[in-house]
Amino acid sequence: MSADGTPVEVVRGLALRLDAGSFGALIGPSGCGKTTILRIAAGLDPDFRGQIRTPGSGRLGIVFQEPRLLPWRTVEQNVRLALPADRTDADLGDLFETLGLTTHLSRYPGELSLGLARRTAIARAFAVGPDFLLLDEPFVSLDEAIAGRLREELLALAARANATTLFVTHDLTEAVQMADRLFFLSDRPARIILEKALLLPRGARKQDVVASICDEMRALLAARAAIEPGKII
Amino acid sequence: MPRAYSLTALIAIWAIAAALFQSRLLPGPLTIGAAVLGDIRSGELPFQMAWTLGRVAGSFAIAMVLGAIAGYAMGRSKTVDRYADPWLVVLLNMPALVIIIFAYIWIGLNETAAILAVAINKLPNVIVVMREGARALDPELDEVAKAYQFAWFLRIRHIVVPQLAPYLAASSRSGLSIVWKIVLVVELIGRPNGVGFVLGSAFSLFDMARILSYAISFIVLMLVIESLVVQPLERRANRWRRQPA
Repeated sequence: MSADGTPVEVVRGLALRLDAGSFGALIGPSGCGKTTILRIAAGLDPDFRGQIRTPGSGRLGIVFQEPRLLPWRTVEQNVRLALPADRTDADLGDLFETLGLTTHLSRYPGELSLGLARRTAIARAFAVGPDFLLLDEPFVSLDEAIAGRLREELLALAARANATTLFVTHDLTEAVQMADRLFFLSDRPARIILEKALLLPRGARKQDVVASICDEMRALLAARAAIEPGKII
Repeated sequence: MPRAYSLTALIAIWAIAAALFQSRLLPGPLTIGAAVLGDIRSGELPFQMAWTLGRVAGSFAIAMVLGAIAGYAMGRSKTVDRYADPWLVVLLNMPALVIIIFAYIWIGLNETAAILAVAINKLPNVIVVMREGARALDPELDEVAKAYQFAWFLRIRHIVVPQLAPYLAASSRSGLSIVWKIVLVVELIGRPNGVGFVLGSAFSLFDMARILSYAISFIVLMLVIESLVVQPLERRANRWRRQPA
């Protein structure tokens, strides 16, 4: 539903399957409906027809595009508040350590840089011990050095948590670096136009390998001619 | 320091005016000071103030709690708002005196009527402010609560109340001053004790000394509550606001 009340069809005929414990990347141009798909998967948008099946007990960790922290609670409180009842005393020391948050635990979100705020949001998502992890362009607008470091940290955490992960991005290089499976979306109304499994182990992919896979994907997409190749970076 | 200076200046001007006019209608600060001390020692002043304070506390609490709940409900649900708004508009525009008289006539010349009358006078203002607060709640934070399945009491405590805090503060501040004033009117009209009652009987006797001493003591008490209770609370609630990093 758009702001003036006219219904807008954002997604049509979408079928997406991820193996449990794997890492999927959802790639598409801006405005094609990636965030809507993620929100539907998170149970935040009930305005759809279809089915969602979530892995395990369906415990969800989600990282929105904006960090969405509670400004009146400290970093540590923000992470701990999201914990379910059976994990309220969990030891989060390792998690904070991996994300470099240990010295910032008693600061308020208003004092944090964007990178730190995003790390806190990621910590919150992992702290709950998720079976299912959704990330909406979590590294957008960060400088490349920080984003690169965060990508590695995210991969390490995801591997340890063995969560089924769906990662939304418009950056093809990022997707090829991180995912087991790529899903390419068309323009609105979005549907999947191309899927590709990447068999190399995550995090061990060299630059040139990544670049060549990107070129290959662009060529494939151009061949589909559903969207202009220039729309993906 | 500036406060102490202006206070001293005020008292000085008062003393000069009293000396100049030499009238029963304007006793000087020393006379009043003596009267106040006398009444405190006799227990009369604390007794009357206690009654007034009790009514203030009771009606303030009722108005804030009911107002916050009603305002929140009206701000979150358009249906509730549509049905309740006409009532709100009527209450907002009813003169305080009318509400007080209705209360005394229909409920009786008793304490319940007095406190209810004051509460109903303050209620619509609180509702209006809290409704805006509820409308301004950030839907993004609500989504975080939903995605992470926050229990309802966690949601209220950590997400709703902190966002409503500035609105609560605004309605408390303006509400408290309304309540102080209306409690005195309610006491004047239909109660046998309290500062309002004393002012009323002193008025009919043209006892300026008594009027001034009670009025000043009352104002001093309000200022004390303001600086010892309200302001520290406000400071604590605002600790998290943007500090220089």
